[in-house]
Amino acid sequence: MQIPENLRYSSDHEWALVEGNRVRVGITDYAQDALGDVVFVDLPSVGAEVAIGGVIGEVESTKSVSEIYAPVAGVVVAVNDEAASTPDALNSDPYGSGWLCEIEISDPAALEALLDAAAYKDLTDH
Amino acid sequence: MSTSFTQAPGGKAASAPLMGSEAEPTLFELSVPGRSAYQLRTTGVPEIALEQLIPSELLREEEVAIAEVSERDLVAHFTRLSHRQFSVDLGFYPLGSCTMKYNPKFCDEVANMPGLVDVHPATPASLSQGWLELLVELEESLCEVTGMAAVTLQPAAGAAGELTGLLLMSAYHRARGDRRRRILIPDSAHGTNPASVTLGGYEVTTIPTDERGLVDVAAVKAALDSDVAGIMLTNPNTVGLFEEEIAEIAAAVHEVGGLLYYDGANLNAILGVVRPGDMGFDIMHMNVHKTFATPHGGGGPGAGPVAVSQRLVEYLPGPRPTRLADGKYGYAVPEHSIGRMHSWHGNAMVLARTLAYIKVHGGDGLRLVAERAVLNANWLRKRIAEHYPAAYDRVCMHEVVVSAGAIKKATGAKALDIAKALLEEGFHAPTVYFPLIVDEALMFEPTETESLQTLEALAQSLERIVAKAVSEPGSLAEAPQSTPVRRVDEARAARQLIPTFDAR
Repeated sequence: MQIPENLRYSSDHEWALVEGNRVRVGITDYAQDALGDVVFVDLPSVGAEVAIGGVIGEVESTKSVSEIYAPVAGVVVAVNDEAASTPDALNSDPYGSGWLCEIEISDPAALEALLDAAAYKDLTDH
Repeated sequence: MSTSFTQAPGGKAASAPLMGSEAEPTLFELSVPGRSAYQLRTTGVPEIALEQLIPSELLREEEVAIAEVSERDLVAHFTRLSHRQFSVDLGFYPLGSCTMKYNPKFCDEVANMPGLVDVHPATPASLSQGWLELLVELEESLCEVTGMAAVTLQPAAGAAGELTGLLLMSAYHRARGDRRRRILIPDSAHGTNPASVTLGGYEVTTIPTDERGLVDVAAVKAALDSDVAGIMLTNPNTVGLFEEEIAEIAAAVHEVGGLLYYDGANLNAILGVVRPGDMGFDIMHMNVHKTFATPHGGGGPGAGPVAVSQRLVEYLPGPRPTRLADGKYGYAVPEHSIGRMHSWHGNAMVLARTLAYIKVHGGDGLRLVAERAVLNANWLRKRIAEHYPAAYDRVCMHEVVVSAGAIKKATGAKALDIAKALLEEGFHAPTVYFPLIVDEALMFEPTETESLQTLEALAQSLERIVAKAVSEPGSLAEAPQSTPVRRVDEARAARQLIPTFDAR
């Protein structure tokens, strides 16, 4: 199970890559493994305002449909259309080509509430 | 160049191998231009060109792509397919939540009586008294089973019943000038519940399940206010447990003016023992094709009668079959009816089977159905607990949800792999990955129709599968090996959805 050190994590199994005030968001390796083969991805619209824990999309696998929650608050500034057209990217490369969207954050301090790699590993071990 | 007739499209039509892994050709692949399954005798009636009857701008330019096969080849095709299928008549089908019980042939016999089959639904009431009596008597029987005031037989199956129930709920609140927007649903609910809520114009509020596997009553109370139109509950719930605080939940929902909807998918567990009407429910649907035995699941059709409490009777779909003052039968439309939910009387042949099943069992027989279904599920729960522990360690009702989480951790074999391996053992797979709140869920519903010997055989198969997962790690991912179709690529089927066959 891959849990890259350079990312932050939510307890709902989203990851966040922080670059200045832009945060790239995706689902974790643990999440994609639990979901199974992803067959459909619904992404937010660019320009949408999101709150922490707000629904920013949906991932459908052969097992279930799961909502994706925003790990940070802000405005959606980019979405990964590639992921929508090739949903298997979420399974094969969840931290790379399977990213979902980028959010411009309003309050960088809120990032502190997210888990680091060690804390997320702890969460998934239990 | 020599011509091979067996390579011609129709060559395999009556000789495709039944055994082995060769795919059955589609009808389009068996099609031969000009071949047909009928012939018309020379009648002497002059032939008229189509263009003389229908304006040419309304006629298709291309021929419709329909497979052209003989009756002989058509029958061979479907007979071969039926031999490759698993069915309730063939063996144990423990598909949890779906209640795939064996269907007594007696019910088919009743439903196939010419007096029922040969009646057109448009036949006037005066000439279809028998059918109307059957429908009225079924409504009354279902009222008795559910403890409700009245029943509509129109909804086509469970989900159609849910929508009917939500429209009734909406009509009830609107008649009071009450605009409510929210419906409460537990996180263990059938996926059709939230879908029906959305279709009915409401919003879903999800209620968590507590550590016992039951609805979190405190969370229900916290979510209740005057904006709540109602709550949808399944009891026993989808993890096969009886909601013990149902009376307390009912009182709390009624106190804020909301209604209680009962998802009757699991009615088989409580027949003749407890009644939703007595628990305080206002609306419920029944999947009579499950509980009262009609072949279903891909084979359809089902029927989803909806029962209501007294205060909702005036909103029921109409026209309803009714017993008149003179003892004859006719139709009546409830005063504030929400209108039709189905043409005619719904899926009438399923309804005829339902009444046959109820009549042949009687009240005590129906209670025995529920008792044996619950006993079977609990026997199986205990028997397989060593390797497949129940998700919630309690006495269950008619189905048991176990977790393969520990097996997956130890061997890498997933619930899906175990289900596929069971096919090879001669059993239909259980339901997997439902309810979503259970890790690596396998949901077994033995129903009352399986014997102790069959349950023991299933348990032994499950043990063999675990042993194989341990001794040959990774091998279950290859299962099944000997079925006519091996593992279907579900992900690709969903990612590249092609719902039509292109014959060209």
